[in-house]
Amino acid sequence: MRVITYKEALREAIIEKMREDDENVFMMGEDIGVYGGAFGLSLGMLEEFGPERILDTPMSEASFVGVGVGAAIMGMRPIVEIMFSDFLTFGADQIINQAAKLRFMTGGQLKMPLVVRAPQGSGAGAAAQHSQNIEAWLLNIPGIKIVVPSNPYDAKGLLKSSIEDDNTVIFLEHKLLYSMKGEVPEEDYRVPLGKSKVVRSGKDATIVATSIMVKRSLEAAEILGKEGIQVEIIDLRTLKPLDLSPVIESVKKTHRLLVVYEGCITGGIGGEVISQVAESEAFLYLDAPPFRLGGLDVPIAYNLNLERKTTPQTEDIVSKVKEIVGGDWYARISRDA
Amino acid sequence: MGEISRECKLEMLYKMMLIRAFEKQAEKLFMKNLVHGTMHLSIGEEAVPVGSIFAAEKTDYITSTHRGHGHMIAKGGDIRKMFAEFLGKETGYCHGRGGSMHIADFSLGNLGANGVVGAGIPIATGAALALKMKKRKDIVLTFFGDGAANEGTFYESLNMAAIWKLPEVFICENNMYAMSSPVSKFVPTQNISDRASAFGIPGITVDGMDVIAIYEVVREAVKRAREGKGPTFIEAKTYRYRGHSKSDKNLYRTKVEIEEWKKKDPIIRFIKKATESGEIDDEKIEKIRKDVAKDIEEGVKFALNSPEPSTDALLEYVYAEEGEEQ
Repeated sequence: MRVITYKEALREAIIEKMREDDENVFMMGEDIGVYGGAFGLSLGMLEEFGPERILDTPMSEASFVGVGVGAAIMGMRPIVEIMFSDFLTFGADQIINQAAKLRFMTGGQLKMPLVVRAPQGSGAGAAAQHSQNIEAWLLNIPGIKIVVPSNPYDAKGLLKSSIEDDNTVIFLEHKLLYSMKGEVPEEDYRVPLGKSKVVRSGKDATIVATSIMVKRSLEAAEILGKEGIQVEIIDLRTLKPLDLSPVIESVKKTHRLLVVYEGCITGGIGGEVISQVAESEAFLYLDAPPFRLGGLDVPIAYNLNLERKTTPQTEDIVSKVKEIVGGDWYARISRDA
Repeated sequence: MGEISRECKLEMLYKMMLIRAFEKQAEKLFMKNLVHGTMHLSIGEEAVPVGSIFAAEKTDYITSTHRGHGHMIAKGGDIRKMFAEFLGKETGYCHGRGGSMHIADFSLGNLGANGVVGAGIPIATGAALALKMKKRKDIVLTFFGDGAANEGTFYESLNMAAIWKLPEVFICENNMYAMSSPVSKFVPTQNISDRASAFGIPGITVDGMDVIAIYEVVREAVKRAREGKGPTFIEAKTYRYRGHSKSDKNLYRTKVEIEEWKKKDPIIRFIKKATESGEIDDEKIEKIRKDVAKDIEEGVKFALNSPEPSTDALLEYVYAEEGEEQ
């Protein structure tokens, strides 16, 4: 099968949807025209679609997210690009109080076919205001969907589904994954929102991961496999709606659970996944406490070593799994007690 | 009063009186403890929504504010559904999910009131962008207050509407107070409309207690918007007789000031002028009064007799389902 990058896959999703639905789909954001966006994702689209549909906006996130909301309630399907997810703070009112709530508040009078795309994540030396993972802020907003693709195939299929969805979708791309290569068929396909996926089978422990942590977990699984530990890995793909049925099934088989995510560990997706698993039948099968491996509760530092230390790396996943599978966790919590 | 037909003027009077009667009735329901939430009354400001909305076509769009009963009524809102929403009933505009602050009727082109000051402005700008992209001839009127004119969204949206020449009219209902704060405290110039010049668009201040004056300036702005010449910023100076909301103890203004503004009352003034010119007589006014009273009575009755929403249906409307018709 054909191999392309994550960024190319995202580009294709946008281009194909813009060709298919030329009346309603358009893209807006800062410097997306001639410049092609900060990451070059929309490079060349201006030539094909023109300045009305590849709409450069002033630096006015607080309002251009709202312009997307207004266009969406009129039946358009805007794709709004936020240059870095960190800047979504400016557009927060329009996402939290408007896009997420207008349908509910008006008793179902409208649909909100809005996609807000934003690159996020650390590893590029961009320091604390350009490297965050913001999904935890968004998790407890009813009315939105949150997508966190981990590979080129999913990126394309999930973005197409997001553009076709009649609800607000916050689509969080990982900056370090833009160059990731993977198989993407030439044929048209979709990846549905709200379906997690088992990406590796194993019997000794279940790893639930998102975005770039899926890649690192797969790398860790290779290392662990050589030492005789077989981990099962589940990629959540969308955080809202959250599909944990494969996780519950997996934990029933492996009896151990680790959730790996890049965002700050406190109040993140890990706590939510573990709570839901603990409230399910899977609780009865656990042979160890379910664990989280998340980013440290610290802003992302500029220095490479400090930056790496902040978020889970492949070796951290390896040692955490060993601790869980090997039973060291018991000694640790006994000691703490 | 120029080219406005007599029928149109009678209709405008009817709407202004209906808004006032609706809000006075809302206040009564509130006093009787029949209202669960809060309300923001616009009594005294009726000329602005009526003059503005009559200057546009029925097919045009509006966005409204937390003080939005007037906009909805002027746009043709159903009084029964409004009272029902006010009382949180299933038959209300939003099935009891929104209350007074979130009344919308997409079928009439009211894209919604908004509880966040300044948040409706970019939404209106987005709607105007969509109309332009779809090459439709409709325009959007966005209402907001003097308080919202100090929100960043106002400047950002005005800027985008100006650079993209969007079919939009910005209407600032300057009622002299952002909650308790007088305009003079937070606006350094005489007129908020001065701000339009920074965006290279017309900025006009109009007497917000004169429905015909408002009609005329908005009519020009609507024409300009429809011709693709871009937005206009209109500031209508008006006054709310009542407090900001139910918590208001009127600590920031005097009774004398309120009485002074009441002398400019838009309804009394309109009746006086129209009676003098012979366009309206006592008989017609009496008929309007009766019609309004009937609308209010029926509306309240409908709302009081309507069922509460089912708590089993609470999760409805959070997400649109696939393939759902709108």
